[in-house]
Amino acid sequence: MSFLRYGYITGPIIGAVWIFVLATTVAITMSFATGDPFRPTLWLSLATGAVLGLGAAWELSSRIKAAAIAAVIFVLTLVGFGPMVMETSAFNAVFAAGALAVIGGWSLTKIMEGCPMGALTRHEMEEAWIRFLTGLGYIFFTAIVLVPFYVMVMTSLKSQSALLQNPLDFSLDLDKGWALFRSYQELFADFNFGTYLWTSFYVSVLTVFITLAFSIPGAYAVARLQFKGRAAFSRSILMIYMVPMIVLALPIYIAFSVTGLRNTILGIVLIYPVTTIPVALYMLQGYFRGLPAEVEEAGLMDGLNRLQVIWKITLPLALPALASVSLYVFMIAWNEFLLAFMLLDDPDIFTLTRGIASLNSSEIPREHLMAGAVIATVPVMALFLGLEKFMTKGLTAGSVKG
Amino acid sequence: MSDISAPKGTGPLAKREARLAWSLLFPTIAIVSLVVILPLLAIFWISFKPIGLADLRPVAPVVREDLRNAGDPDQAVRYRLQNRSQDTPIENVIFFDTVPAGATLGELPEVCELSGTALTCTIGTLEPGERLTFLIPVTLEGDLETLEDALEDDTEARATGDADSILTNTEFSLENFARIFDGDEFLTVMWATIFYTVFGTIGALLFGLFAALLLNKSFRGQGILRGLYLFPYVAPVIAVAFTWVNLFDPFSGSANALLVQMGVTTQTINFFGERPLALIMVTVFEIWRYFPLSFLFILARMQSIDTDMYEAADMDGASPFQKFWYLSLPMLLGILSVLFLLRFIWTFNKFDDIFLLTGGNAGTRTLTVNVYEQAFAISNIGAGAAVAVVIFACLLGFSFFFFKFISREEGL
Repeated sequence: MSFLRYGYITGPIIGAVWIFVLATTVAITMSFATGDPFRPTLWLSLATGAVLGLGAAWELSSRIKAAAIAAVIFVLTLVGFGPMVMETSAFNAVFAAGALAVIGGWSLTKIMEGCPMGALTRHEMEEAWIRFLTGLGYIFFTAIVLVPFYVMVMTSLKSQSALLQNPLDFSLDLDKGWALFRSYQELFADFNFGTYLWTSFYVSVLTVFITLAFSIPGAYAVARLQFKGRAAFSRSILMIYMVPMIVLALPIYIAFSVTGLRNTILGIVLIYPVTTIPVALYMLQGYFRGLPAEVEEAGLMDGLNRLQVIWKITLPLALPALASVSLYVFMIAWNEFLLAFMLLDDPDIFTLTRGIASLNSSEIPREHLMAGAVIATVPVMALFLGLEKFMTKGLTAGSVKG
Repeated sequence: MSDISAPKGTGPLAKREARLAWSLLFPTIAIVSLVVILPLLAIFWISFKPIGLADLRPVAPVVREDLRNAGDPDQAVRYRLQNRSQDTPIENVIFFDTVPAGATLGELPEVCELSGTALTCTIGTLEPGERLTFLIPVTLEGDLETLEDALEDDTEARATGDADSILTNTEFSLENFARIFDGDEFLTVMWATIFYTVFGTIGALLFGLFAALLLNKSFRGQGILRGLYLFPYVAPVIAVAFTWVNLFDPFSGSANALLVQMGVTTQTINFFGERPLALIMVTVFEIWRYFPLSFLFILARMQSIDTDMYEAADMDGASPFQKFWYLSLPMLLGILSVLFLLRFIWTFNKFDDIFLLTGGNAGTRTLTVNVYEQAFAISNIGAGAAVAVVIFACLLGFSFFFFKFISREEGL
C-alpha cells in the first residue's frame, strides 16, 4: 500500500469517495424530508471529489481551503453540474446545496488536515484514512439506525394513500394539527390499545417481581454458599438459557391447551418469569460475587442468620444490580412476542405485541400498524434513555441473550 | 501422642450451609424443571408419535338430548350419542341425565336405570364414528314449553368414556423423522440455517467492532450516540420487523422508491419475497438488530485495556493500524470468541425475526421456523417436535464445544 503514501494520491481517493458519500447522504435526507427527487451523481461526484481532495492537500490555511471547497460545491450543485442533482423549489435547492457545501468543505479539510501534497509518513497517511473511516462510520451507523425509526414514526402520521402516491414524501401537513394523530386516536378508541398497554404493563411488572423473588435466593446460594454440585448447577443455568423458546413453546402450547391455561393472563404470567429467571440468576450471581464477603461475615458474627444477612446487607448493597436486572427483565417481558402470539387468542387479554400482530392484515391501513409499533416502542425507549446507565450495565452484566 | 490433623469429611456447619443452599435453590430448580426439563422430555416423546394438531382435543363421547313430538301422545325424550373420532373407539361409555320435576319417563331401554330423578345408561363401547339413538317415552304434567326447556337445557345430559389417547399410549414410529429428513426440503432448511447463523453472527460482530472503535474516545455527544446505536436492540422486535417490511415493500416502500429515484434500478425489488435476496435481507436484519449487543461488549472490554501499552507503542513509533492490529485485536480476542459462540447459538435459535419478516417463505425457512411451520401451519405436531429434537441435538454439540474451549478462558 506504499503508493498511497503520497498526498496527491490519498487526497483524491479520499475526496472522491467522501464527496460521493456526502452527496448520497444529503440526497437521501432531503428526499425523506421533502419528498422531492434528489440524486447523487456517480461519476460527476467522484470527479468533483477527486479534484477537491487534491485541493484539500494543498498547503494553505485550512479556513481558506474549507471556504473554497464549499464555494465550489455550492456553485456546481446549483448549476446542476455537481455531486448532486435535484428537482425542487428554489429554497430547498439552495438549502440542500448549502448544506452539502458547508459539510463537505468543513469535513474534507478536517480529514486532510496534516496530510500534505507530497510524500507522506505512514502516520500521516493512516491518520487521514482513519479520520475518513470514522466519518464514514458515524454517517453509516447513524443512518441505518435512524432511518427505520424515522420511517416508523412518519408512516404512522400519514395516510396510506398519500404514501402509495409518493413513498418518499414524509413531509407533514402541519395545518392538520391534532388530526395528524388520527391513527393513534383510532387505535385507542376502536382497537382497545389502552387495554393492551395496561395488560403489557402489569404482565411485565409481575414478571419482574416473580423473577426477582426466585432468582435472588438462587443467585445468592450459587455465589456465596458452599455445596456439592455448585459448578454443575451454574453450568446448567447457562445451558438452559441456550434452549430456544420455540422448542419449549410447542410442549407448553400442548400442556396449556390440555389444562385450559391457554388464552389466560395467568398462563402468560406463569410462563414469562421462567424464561427470565435463568438470565436474572446468572446476572445477579456475578454481581453478588463482586460484593465483599467480609461485610456479610461481620453480620453473621453479630448474630444475624443467613436470610437476615441477605435481606439487611446483601440486597441493599446490590440495589444498582437489582435495578439493572429489573430493567432488563422488564424489557424482555415487554418485547416478548412468540409466547403471546401462540398462547393468546382472545382480543380482550392481548398484550401489546400480540395486539400489534393482529393489526398486520391487509384490511387495516398501514399507518395503524406503524402507530401500534410506535406505541410499543416509546415506553421501552423512554425507560432505556432515562435509565441508560443501569440498562447498559444490565446488558453487559451477563446478557448475551437475544 | 495422637496426630493432629484437619477434620475430614463434612462437618455439621458445612452440612447446614449446603442444606440452606439447596433450600434457596429449590424454588428455581422446581419451576425451571417444570417448564424446561419436562417440556424437553415431552418433545422427545412427541417426536416419536404420529400426532396432529387435531389430536390435542381429547376423544370423548358427545351426547345431545331433545324432546320429540312435543304435545303428542307418543312424545319422547331422544338421546343421541356419537363418537366423533374417526379412528379411536371409546370404551366404558356411560351417560347421565336428570329428569326434571313434572316429567315422568315411560318404559326404559335395557341399558338404562332410573333412581329417583337420576337417569344412568351404561352403553359399553362406541366404535369410531358410531352414533346411537335412544327414545324414551315421557309424560309431562304442566306447561309444555317450560318443561321442554327444562328437559333440553336446564338438565343437560353428560357422557363419559375412556379412549386411548395418542398422546399417552405406547405406540411409536419414526415417521416424523423420516418426513423431515426427506429430500430437498431438509437441505434447503439446513442451508438457510447455516447461512443465516454464520453470516448473521460474523456480520454482527464486525459491525459491533467497527461501532466500538468509533465510540472508544470521549467527545461531546458520545453518550447520545452510544444510546442511539443501542436502539435496534432495545426496541420490540415486532415493531422494528414490521417497519422493515414496510420500508422494503415493493409497492409503497421508501427504499424501493429511493433506489428507483437514484437510478440504481428501474424496477422495484421484492426484497423479502425473492430467492436468494430474502435470505440475505433477513441476515442483514439480524446484523442490524444485534450489532449493538456486540458493540456494547467490545466497547466495555476496550475501555478496560490499559493505556500504558499504547503509550509504549507510540514511543516505539507504531502507526495507528499497527496499534490496532498488534495491540487491540489480541486483547479483544477473548471477548470476541465468547461473543461469537454465544451469538452463534442465539442466532441459530432465533425465531421471531424471520417469522415476522417473511414467515419462512422465499427460502428463509430456518430450523426454528420449520418447527412452527410443521407444527402449526401443516398441523403436524409430531413433525414439529422432531425438528425441535434436531435443534436440540445441534445445541448440545455447540454447548459441548462452548464449555470445552471457551468457558475456561473467560471463567464462565
